[in-house]
Amino acid sequence: MTDEPLRPALTGRRRRGALVLVGVALSLLLGGCQVPDFFGFRGATKQGHDEFLLYVGTFIAALVVGGFVGLLILFAVVRYRRRNEEMPKQFQYHIALELTYTVVPIIIVLILFGFTVITENRVDAVTPKPNLTVDVYAFQWGWEFDYPNHVVVRAETTTDPDPVGPEGLSGPQCSPAAWCLGPGLILPSGETTQINLRSRDVVHGFFVPEFNFSRYAQPGVLNQFDFTVIKPGVFRAQCTQFCGLYHSLMLFHVVAMPPTQFQTWLTAQEPTTSLNTKAAP
Amino acid sequence: MTTLVERPVVHAEHPEHHEGPTGLLKWMTSTDHKVIGMNYIVTSLVMFFFAGIMALVIRTQLTVPSGAVVSNQQFNELFTMHGSLMLYLFAGPFAFGGLANYIVPLQVGAPDMAFPRLNALSYWLYLSGSITMMLGFMVAGGAAAFGWVAYAPLSEATFSPGSGPDLWILALALTGFSAIFTGVNLVTTIFYLRAPGMTMFRMPIFTWNMLVTAILILIAFPVLTAAVVMLFCDRHFGTHIYTVQGGGVPVLYQNLFWFFGHPEVYILALPYFGIATEVIPVFSRKPLFGYKGMAFATMSIAALSTGVWAHHMFTTGTVLLPFFSLLSLLIAVPTGIKFFNWIGTMWRGSIVFGTPMLFSIGFLFAFLMGGLTGVMLASPPIDFVTHDTYFVVAHFHQVLFGSAVFAGFSGLYFWYPKFFGRMYNETLGKLHFWFLFIGFWVTFMPQYELGLKGMPRRVATYPAGLGWQNLNIVSTVGAFIIGFSFVFFLVNLWVSWRKPVPAGDNPWDAHALEWFATSPPVHHNFTKLPPVRSERPVWDFHHPDARTIEHGHNGHGQLVGTGAGPRQD
Repeated sequence: MTDEPLRPALTGRRRRGALVLVGVALSLLLGGCQVPDFFGFRGATKQGHDEFLLYVGTFIAALVVGGFVGLLILFAVVRYRRRNEEMPKQFQYHIALELTYTVVPIIIVLILFGFTVITENRVDAVTPKPNLTVDVYAFQWGWEFDYPNHVVVRAETTTDPDPVGPEGLSGPQCSPAAWCLGPGLILPSGETTQINLRSRDVVHGFFVPEFNFSRYAQPGVLNQFDFTVIKPGVFRAQCTQFCGLYHSLMLFHVVAMPPTQFQTWLTAQEPTTSLNTKAAP
Repeated sequence: MTTLVERPVVHAEHPEHHEGPTGLLKWMTSTDHKVIGMNYIVTSLVMFFFAGIMALVIRTQLTVPSGAVVSNQQFNELFTMHGSLMLYLFAGPFAFGGLANYIVPLQVGAPDMAFPRLNALSYWLYLSGSITMMLGFMVAGGAAAFGWVAYAPLSEATFSPGSGPDLWILALALTGFSAIFTGVNLVTTIFYLRAPGMTMFRMPIFTWNMLVTAILILIAFPVLTAAVVMLFCDRHFGTHIYTVQGGGVPVLYQNLFWFFGHPEVYILALPYFGIATEVIPVFSRKPLFGYKGMAFATMSIAALSTGVWAHHMFTTGTVLLPFFSLLSLLIAVPTGIKFFNWIGTMWRGSIVFGTPMLFSIGFLFAFLMGGLTGVMLASPPIDFVTHDTYFVVAHFHQVLFGSAVFAGFSGLYFWYPKFFGRMYNETLGKLHFWFLFIGFWVTFMPQYELGLKGMPRRVATYPAGLGWQNLNIVSTVGAFIIGFSFVFFLVNLWVSWRKPVPAGDNPWDAHALEWFATSPPVHHNFTKLPPVRSERPVWDFHHPDARTIEHGHNGHGQLVGTGAGPRQD
């Protein structure tokens, strides 16, 4: 230890550095054990949260693989740039190496596939006894939500471009305004809602970004799926599958409210006749 | 390996009786693969610039919420035609009509394509198809406005009336037949017109990739043509193949389309992989690392690509998710092999950063990013979130732009001396690359985040207050940087046209037979050929003393020379 006299000063700096590191680690840990979201939504539904975990895992795997390959390319490009006119060794094959970079990706892919299957089975699981079933109809250009007892929420984008929620909504204040465009799909939070999705004309896409979920509404196809919204809230949504002239205005939103409040809202609605009697999918 | 007779082929000295027409008449009447190839290259580049200008209008419209540069209808026409032009009329024809037409016969040492007149027919079908598609803008009701995929029933007469969609369908039928004929021509040329000594595993990798691409064309394009012909019948003859009302099945169209559409993605990508695989070894002064593995990787990508179409349909709820997910994920394996082969080729090489090499390195990074997000999309739950959002837009632009533009222009700069016998300006070429490279990342990286924030693709407007505006502004700025970069390309062409710098026959000390021909090659290409003893006969010819390392040895084993000089018999 020839640098003995210098040590106290260094130790001080090191200790401060270590403290900062521990502080960062602790704040990460104590911050609710939150994994970083990598630009994704954490999922407002149980199903959406499962998807989010798969997304984070895949993102990290992609970062590791991409970082490794990217750095290899960068290293090769920088390190082996031409420095002299000497002819490099003309090697071409290395069977062991080639086998390695064939087998390792297969293993990585199979692991990803395993998690994918587990997650997709959970996301796509449909319960035989949902708390509530809503028939959703997509059409050019708008949405219709049919509740039990003939309660219908319906809005057409072309005639009613900016309806903030259904008439007489006694739920939470819908804000911010940009989240509340189009008709509102009112759901109870904490309970499982089943959606029967159909289209009346062309292919549409039912997409709620914060639910981490989308599904096509297609003529001639009934798509069934479940949502269990974790907490009350407002979630913007819109059609994602290109469906013609006013595709970009085919917005809607989901309002999740506590079950009692939802029942109050549902019973307060006037029964209407749905259009689905005259136009079967 | 095989015991083919190997000796230099000396074509009988025949008088140049091909002093045919010159000028415009030559371009219109020729059956020479080089002339037709150049026709293809020029036409597809014109289409590329048209589609690029459309992209700039689209980006301008999306810069701010509720953009008002164009109307909804115009926007829908623009993105439909942008996609259609880029995919059907640029990326494919540029590769398998243009570069392959020009290069493949030269690389296999053939005097021309196997069916020169069929080749000319292909080009004229392609040109008339291109004009037909563009005519959509001239008719009442405007061009097709249902996306380049034309999903039924939106593309049915009920929802998309007018003759614009009909012209679009007709254009697809015409260019579809053009592609099929080119595919037949390429397969026959590669199987039957190879020079003596050129076994399958001595073919240059670009030719390998074009062979596999041509087979994929023969698998995929007939399905597309059939699908759009049925769509036409639905529109005009009341067949109800894709409409529920008449007992048809709309989702059948999606299955047919993507059975074409996913192989199509590789039809657009494999030729460009081939270009990068030609360029990287030459500019690293090394043989391609893992040449045979590369050929097998190409074949397995093609094989897998015919079984993954439904990964475009994960959110339809009508497909078996695990099957298509597994096959889609598995494509990452041969693609990974290609990456490691490219890296292995550069490893301990002697890399010189000519413009073609810069573009190929740009391709590596672009395709790496696009490939990784592709693996994410192959997982159905992740696809549920990102499907039809800007995440997908960013993904396929990074893949296709990475391939068709970075690798495509890499090939264009690489073979430019061969095409014209003159050099381009390196400085302008490098400026082109750097502007393109920066613009590329600035344009597409924000789109990933936009997609994850829930911005759907193909929207003409979006509401304010969603936090999408800043990312859209950045993306638009990037698009204009990309647009600007092509000024350097055009200036470069002009400079080399006005002030020719002779290039010589083999300016890069390259590998494959095309560099043995003169620049530009004479009619019927070769008056003599070097012996073909490996997959790089021209390099062997110019480096008779170089010693290469036998298969399976990493340099520590016994060295065996396979480089061969000109034989004296």
